[in-house]
Amino acid sequence: MSDSIYSYQLQPQKVRAEFFRLLPISLFVVAFGAAFGLAAAQTGLTPLETILMSGAVFAGASQFAAIDMWGTEVSVIPLLAVVFAINSRHLLMGASLYPMLKHVSPGKRYGLLLVLTDANWAVSAQEYQNGRHNLEVILGGGVVLWLAWVIGTLLGVYFGGLLQDPKSLGLDMVLGCFLLAMALGGKQSPRVLVAWVVTALASLAAWKWLPPNMHVVVGALAGGVIGYFWLDKKPADEAVQEELA
Amino acid sequence: MSIETTSAGILAVIGLMTLVTLITRFGGVFAMSFVRISPRVESFINTMASSVLIAIIVPMAFSGDAGAVAALSATAVVMLATKKALPSIAAGIVAAGVVRYFL
Repeated sequence: MSDSIYSYQLQPQKVRAEFFRLLPISLFVVAFGAAFGLAAAQTGLTPLETILMSGAVFAGASQFAAIDMWGTEVSVIPLLAVVFAINSRHLLMGASLYPMLKHVSPGKRYGLLLVLTDANWAVSAQEYQNGRHNLEVILGGGVVLWLAWVIGTLLGVYFGGLLQDPKSLGLDMVLGCFLLAMALGGKQSPRVLVAWVVTALASLAAWKWLPPNMHVVVGALAGGVIGYFWLDKKPADEAVQEELA
Repeated sequence: MSIETTSAGILAVIGLMTLVTLITRFGGVFAMSFVRISPRVESFINTMASSVLIAIIVPMAFSGDAGAVAALSATAVVMLATKKALPSIAAGIVAAGVVRYFL
């Protein structure tokens, strides 16, 4: 038995290293933040309100959607439903980190989740597939991504006109390309490939026929079902040993 | 129910958005703390994890323009060939920029 029931120790040096590792992608997040800051300013939010939203909500796609639904009045329930639907992928992302997060104390566990977002999660999840445990990237990467989002928002509010057309430079595709690179960098087995085909079909069907913003969760759960019924031999043995240990 | 976008109203909306987003960040982990992690459940969440990425990207490719498709294709090819993330992402951005410049 170890002296603590929480065996995962966050290493400050590694947290710092992960901060700098996600710095390049964060520069692109600054551009997205600037686009949001500009959009919010044009909708009539004050600079303080805009920056408060970016700092507190810290979920870009849902913030853009909220700004789209803005008027002299805001219908609260539909707005919150959209925010929940877009951000519901966090539920699955968090759940997938649980095998690591259960080894840190609840305070640290939920503290780390405050800065959980697509890019830092994708790195951690990919490394977990390859057998490495990395919660430091959630913290270090999350902090640099948060700073980039807030700084970008600030730049957009005050100097929004600087970046006229980020789309023509391909900047809107940075996150998509990043997530794809993470997916392809993970361990691929026949099981994973079958799950991906099922996920692709389910997410496209949901995108076409279900209410908006549900395709990520529907697709990912469909892929998960493949994993539930089709077990890899080796990880199953390891999990049993872990339970016995 | 609607809230007027006065400054107090906007602060309330931001507060509610923050709360809802926090529930999504905490909820999955909170729910998992009641689940016994059997090998089957472990396999479910591992497969689901990589599927999240595919479920984000595939509809993005289908709803995007030619530049989006070019970006994702270029990233896929370079990543599968080199297994290096940064060159793959750079190739994707360049591909999107080039395609959009000519179309």
